[in-house]
Amino acid sequence: MTLAATASKRAALPAATETTSSQYLTFSLGKEMFAVEILNVKEIIEYGNLTEIPMMPTFIRGVINLRGSVVPVIDLSARFGGKASTIGKRTCIVILEVSDQDCSSHDVGIVVDAVSEVLDIPTNEIEPAPSFGAKIRADFILGMGKVMGKFVILLNIDKILSAEEIAMLGGVAELDEAMIEALS
Amino acid sequence: MDEIVNVFIQESREQLVEMEAGLLRLEQDPSDYDNLNAIFRAAHTIKGGSGVIECSFIERFTHGVENLLDSLRNGDLAVTPDLATLLLACCDHMGSLLGVLASGAEAPDEVMQADSDALTHRVKAVIEAKQPAAATPAPLDTLLALASEPAALEIYQDGVVLNDSWHISVRFGLDVLRGGMDPLSFIRYLATLGEIIGIETLCDGMPEAAEMDPESCYMGFEIQLQTQRSKAEIEQVFDFVRDECTLHILAPHSKLTEYVEHIKALPEDSMRLGEILVRCGALTQAEVEQGLRCQRATASETEEYEDENHESGLPRLGEILVDNKVIHKEIIEAAVVKQAIVSDKKAKEARLVRVHADKLDQLIDLVGELVIAGASANLLAQKSKQSDLVEATSILSRLVENIRDSALQLRMVQIGETFNRFHRVVRDVSKELGKEIELTINGAETELDKSVVEKIGDPLMHLVRNALDHGIESAAARLANGKPACGQVSLNAYHDSGSIVIEISDDGGGLNKEKIQAKAVERGILQAGQTLSESEIVNLIFEPGFSTVEKVSNLSGRGVGMDVVRRNIQALRGAVEVASTEGQGTTFTIRLPLTLAIIDGFLVGVDKAAYVIPLDTVVECIELKDLPLGRSFLNLRGEALPFIRLRELFETKGTPPPRESIVVVQFAGRKAGIVVDQLMGEFQTVIKPLGAIFRDLRGIGGSTILGSGEVALILDVAALVYTVSQTEERQLQSSPSLSYKPAPANA
Repeated sequence: MTLAATASKRAALPAATETTSSQYLTFSLGKEMFAVEILNVKEIIEYGNLTEIPMMPTFIRGVINLRGSVVPVIDLSARFGGKASTIGKRTCIVILEVSDQDCSSHDVGIVVDAVSEVLDIPTNEIEPAPSFGAKIRADFILGMGKVMGKFVILLNIDKILSAEEIAMLGGVAELDEAMIEALS
Repeated sequence: MDEIVNVFIQESREQLVEMEAGLLRLEQDPSDYDNLNAIFRAAHTIKGGSGVIECSFIERFTHGVENLLDSLRNGDLAVTPDLATLLLACCDHMGSLLGVLASGAEAPDEVMQADSDALTHRVKAVIEAKQPAAATPAPLDTLLALASEPAALEIYQDGVVLNDSWHISVRFGLDVLRGGMDPLSFIRYLATLGEIIGIETLCDGMPEAAEMDPESCYMGFEIQLQTQRSKAEIEQVFDFVRDECTLHILAPHSKLTEYVEHIKALPEDSMRLGEILVRCGALTQAEVEQGLRCQRATASETEEYEDENHESGLPRLGEILVDNKVIHKEIIEAAVVKQAIVSDKKAKEARLVRVHADKLDQLIDLVGELVIAGASANLLAQKSKQSDLVEATSILSRLVENIRDSALQLRMVQIGETFNRFHRVVRDVSKELGKEIELTINGAETELDKSVVEKIGDPLMHLVRNALDHGIESAAARLANGKPACGQVSLNAYHDSGSIVIEISDDGGGLNKEKIQAKAVERGILQAGQTLSESEIVNLIFEPGFSTVEKVSNLSGRGVGMDVVRRNIQALRGAVEVASTEGQGTTFTIRLPLTLAIIDGFLVGVDKAAYVIPLDTVVECIELKDLPLGRSFLNLRGEALPFIRLRELFETKGTPPPRESIVVVQFAGRKAGIVVDQLMGEFQTVIKPLGAIFRDLRGIGGSTILGSGEVALILDVAALVYTVSQTEERQLQSSPSLSYKPAPANA
């Protein structure tokens, strides 16, 4: 309470921006902590019953049946350019609502190693992303949230899960495959 | 906006569509009077409606158009191509005016108003040009703004009736009141033409009170009119109800026999008519008697007279009255029958229900869920091994299947409506290009899903325009090539193994393969020296940024078209191909799935994954055995059948089971085999789109949910085979001796 009060005082000085805080869902991926805005999160489900889609890049794990609608599942770790996550006991699928460029929205699931908690992060506790060093494309990062002296990477899911980009990558992957096949 | 305005706009748009179709027909067959009437009615309805909603700009404009149509209807003007063009332009403009109204604007903007004025002016000019002696303006100037025709006044020396006024006999149709017409207003208007000397109302058609429909008109009138006007002018008074009423006009000093003929022609019985004619002063009593006697003497009488042919004179009155009753009865019966027809018609109209498309989609979605739920119930029942339960669920699933079919049927519409739009396009474009082109439509009754129909319009339009602009040569070039001057463009639709095929063909010059190849090399789509089959060359026109026409016309030729066409069609899970013979023409073939919602599928398994093959494409299933290694075709009863191993294509891990099966599929006249691990039988497949992420994924048409809750992928057989054959071809072409275009860095 007092913390919030002092925080608001501090914020009032430099700019007229009201210190609002947003809630974030934090989760771990490998050894790193990430967070997404809670408003984007639809639900968290157990990992399983995945149907693989052939001829797609590896970061597309497959699709699941989410109460009658077919939802694609993305492996975040592979999407960031790393290895595909290994499925463990605490592996979950977080279903997110992603808005497209044309204002429509679609649901996408992401595979995470473990979901930890929902945190309030005040806006003034969010630092801009470092220009490099995070090992993640800069445009994937909304900012760095400071929580208990540690950094949590706030993800720009609209960018990461952009249907446009993924579809393009999918097409390229297919093409590459064809090329490789053709030249082998 | 008011609901009434919305209804008006919607209905008027429908009327305009009819009007446009009618006008196109009219141009072909100017003598079709019914058609002309229909066009007139459409314009009239729009005018009337616009009056009701007090939209003066539409009313004013339509009024002018109606005048013109009326002149056509009366034969004062002949249908010429120019006139048809003018009317079509008017038709379009009415559509734009409706758009103005729909946008909620009070009045059209200046540009639109200028268009309005220009068209109105042209319409007026056409009307006036044909009738220098403009008629006197009157309240119903539409009726009077017509050329007066000299009345056929024939005066006979012998047997001429001693009266110098017109006799008008009118029986209004049952629907006159419903059509918003008041018989009285016609009589009032008639009175402005001259003096009504005598009038008698006939209500013989009136049925018993119980059977009477208060909305029907049962009335008729016998009128004596003293006027200097011509017969045509008198007829015009009744123009609005002309189709619905029976009108007889006898000129002054007509022969008595003409009156007799007239009496005979009317539905009421002769005797009573005679009396009426006497009463309203058309004839004297003596004349009637003389007439009736005359008639009997000539033995060309109606039956009732034959029955009583033995004598002459008044004594028969009683018998006639008896007959009268009979006739009355007949009239009543006729009226009742007519009434029944009318109410039948009403009922038929009521049988058509306008449903909001969203509601329908919702229903289809629900049915989809029902199918999935049914499948899972089925699965559970089979697991439980209770025969009663299995039986109950199998009945249930049969019913669900029926519901599914009827629900999908609701969304099916005939493609004819979409096709018919092209009559106008062909007409306009051929005029503009100065070519003579005929459009033939086949298979207009072929049905497909409404959602598909809506999206296929634009690609079709593009292909038709292309055929008109680039396909068909000029008349001179055609004649030089020994072809008829008139070019042919045809649209053809038919069903073929679970998909609908739409063909757009022309008998024009065809595609120039060398030119296409050269262009493709120039644009970097193709590498020089690369060899392609003929069909591949012509299909290059679907590549982005491809257009071989040097001159860019305003119709097509910007080169943005073909790849957009292909993309739009692919978005509908369809495919487009072109075949062309140089000098003989080009045919575009569009293949589309019948529906985007639910299909019958055939479930197969590869490793743990399940895939659905659309059942319509499945021909048979055979066991895979004794295969030559390294070959991907087998001998199917003497036929070389190429096949695809799903396991290899999809890079599925694990080892194949000892017994694999081949599903033989057929599409577009080609056959292919798909090697799978196991066959799992028929499955009602609710198509769930895979979403934008998988947009560029070829070979998978969508997904579905199995009874177990798992997701299965639906194979797009045509795309799958195409992809595989393309890859293989590339492999063969990239053999060391040939150069291969884009050598990727990572290879």
